[in-house]
Amino acid sequence: MLKILKYSFYDLIRSRWSYVYFMFYLMLGIVLLFLNTDLSKAVITLMNVIIVLVPLIGTVFGVMYYYSSKEFTELLLAQPLKRSSIFLGQYLGVALSLTMSLIIGLGIPFVFYGLFKSNAIWDFSLLLITGAFLTFIFTALAFNIAISNENKIKGFGYAILLWLFLAVIYDGVFLMFLIVFEDYPLDKLSLFGIMLNPIDLSRTLILLKLDISALLGYTGAVFKKFFGTNFGLIVSTIMLSVWVILPVLRIVYISKKKDF
Amino acid sequence: MKKGVVLLITFLIFLAFNVSAETIVVCSSCKISSIKTAISIAKDHDTILIKKGIYKEYDIVVNKPLSIIGENLPIIDGELKGEIFTIISNNVVIDGLHIINVGSSYTKDYAAIRVKRSRNFVIQNVILEKLFFGIYLEKARDGKILNNKIIGNAVIEHSSGNGIQLWYSKNIVIENNFIQQVRDGIYLEFSDNCIIKNNVSANNLRYGLHFMFSNHDDYINNTFENNGAGVAVMFSKHIKMLNNTFKKNWGSASYGLLLKEINDAEIIGNLFEENTIGINIEGTNRITYKNNNFIRNGWALKVRGACYANSFISNNFLYNSFDVSYNSKLNDNIFDNNYWSNYTGYDLDKDGVGDVPYRPVKLFSYIVNRTPETIILLRSLFIDIIDFSEKVSPVFTPDNLMDNRPSIKKIKW
Repeated sequence: MLKILKYSFYDLIRSRWSYVYFMFYLMLGIVLLFLNTDLSKAVITLMNVIIVLVPLIGTVFGVMYYYSSKEFTELLLAQPLKRSSIFLGQYLGVALSLTMSLIIGLGIPFVFYGLFKSNAIWDFSLLLITGAFLTFIFTALAFNIAISNENKIKGFGYAILLWLFLAVIYDGVFLMFLIVFEDYPLDKLSLFGIMLNPIDLSRTLILLKLDISALLGYTGAVFKKFFGTNFGLIVSTIMLSVWVILPVLRIVYISKKKDF
Repeated sequence: MKKGVVLLITFLIFLAFNVSAETIVVCSSCKISSIKTAISIAKDHDTILIKKGIYKEYDIVVNKPLSIIGENLPIIDGELKGEIFTIISNNVVIDGLHIINVGSSYTKDYAAIRVKRSRNFVIQNVILEKLFFGIYLEKARDGKILNNKIIGNAVIEHSSGNGIQLWYSKNIVIENNFIQQVRDGIYLEFSDNCIIKNNVSANNLRYGLHFMFSNHDDYINNTFENNGAGVAVMFSKHIKMLNNTFKKNWGSASYGLLLKEINDAEIIGNLFEENTIGINIEGTNRITYKNNNFIRNGWALKVRGACYANSFISNNFLYNSFDVSYNSKLNDNIFDNNYWSNYTGYDLDKDGVGDVPYRPVKLFSYIVNRTPETIILLRSLFIDIIDFSEKVSPVFTPDNLMDNRPSIKKIKW
């Protein structure tokens, strides 16, 4: 598996898209800090970008990579290799290279502007950690979709739909739900609802770390009580990990059964 | 002519009094070592000079017009037994004392200095520490409270008192005081025609400044920082609020300025910075908001209801999470020529006024008003999308609530 991981990783690192992705984050970081030298403010703006773009790029990249390297995968399958290691290797290669672009691309400008001397460093690391988690989650989901669909167009369609669902539609449904049941105590339930969606969970985690949390009023207080403690942090980390592990397990499961 | 003679005679009598006024010195090694004895032997208009030292006294009743002046801040220690000074005479001056350990009680409002039904008093350069109530004016008139420092150690609201409290008092000037960590920094109840100027009120449990049923008062150039709520103005009329700073009143139930049932006020030239809610407005009529700066608040203005004929003119709204929040579709208030940092319109004719009206109420702030739990979706992409669509064609927010002449540049005055 490691060899395949290494191969995919190097392949991707050399590819143009990785550079584009990396340069995008680099430019974003530089422009943000250029316009706004306050590090903690830049972290808030970055959060908006990360929770929308990272999942989207993870999804598209994952699907794209799977389809484009399909022939090579079939070649590999002819070799005496474990199936799961082929697919896991590819998955990890994609996810790791994306994460690396993200962390290095954003890290360089921030370090350059004196991140280590600023107290925004924890917020920033949290941002990168959630970004990494989101990359792993959405790449895994993309691989799932790609493996299950032979048809490229269909696969892309589903992948985009999935992103759209988790990034936008879920919040819409959630909002409707909260409004319809506004007469009932909703804080526990909304906590639960947020936990189920990795994008919402990341957003809430970051928001509560910033002092914007006082805006959240009573609901915010309930949330802060939960997420502010170590227990909450551990639960959310577990939740995000579950979001990584479940799709990965499904990749393994399907790849074992699939007929090529 | 006759009037002049009378005036001259009064002046002479006054002079004679002043000449006859003696100074009684109090110190630990003097003949008179307690303030109470000094007061009991003093004649009207005498001066009591208290030398540096520690005086363990309480329940000191000032029942004649005296000037009680401390030299080098003598400490008067009430040993937590009760009230310290009670002034029941007119023309009393208290100057330069350091009063500590006022008794606290659940049945009596013990104060460091209480003024009861008196006129023309001056309380200045006093330092109060470890207090229950600080300076308590009860049906007092025409007094001055200047340059005092009140430092409380209040922890719980119901077992702590206010820094400066006015009850049925008129024509009081409160200037250059520093008040921190009490319940309400300054509290006015049924008190009219007072001027509150250049004070700093910080870290108080409840309000920095609190008006109840008080009319025709002005507060100018004060700073309110990190209080439960900066200033609360309730059930009052004709209050002028000029050039104050409301800062960092930040918390899940904090306000910069809380207005409730107030009419005909002026709010001009104030700075609201980093408050959870800049101004919370409820049941207010005919108020002018002009030339205020709202910077980085959660909500700059939260309009609750029953607010009519208010005008918001030439204010700056900079980087607030929500500029204005409304809970109804009705609007009878005017927004005109404000600068909104969220404004995305253009100015083709270059006259400094945006060509497209600005709608300060976002759909999301309307939803949050209805269902507070939805605030958890703050900064979600979906919210941005619905806000955008509402901006294009308003359905839920009041459609006449807009600034028709939004300024393109930050307003300076």
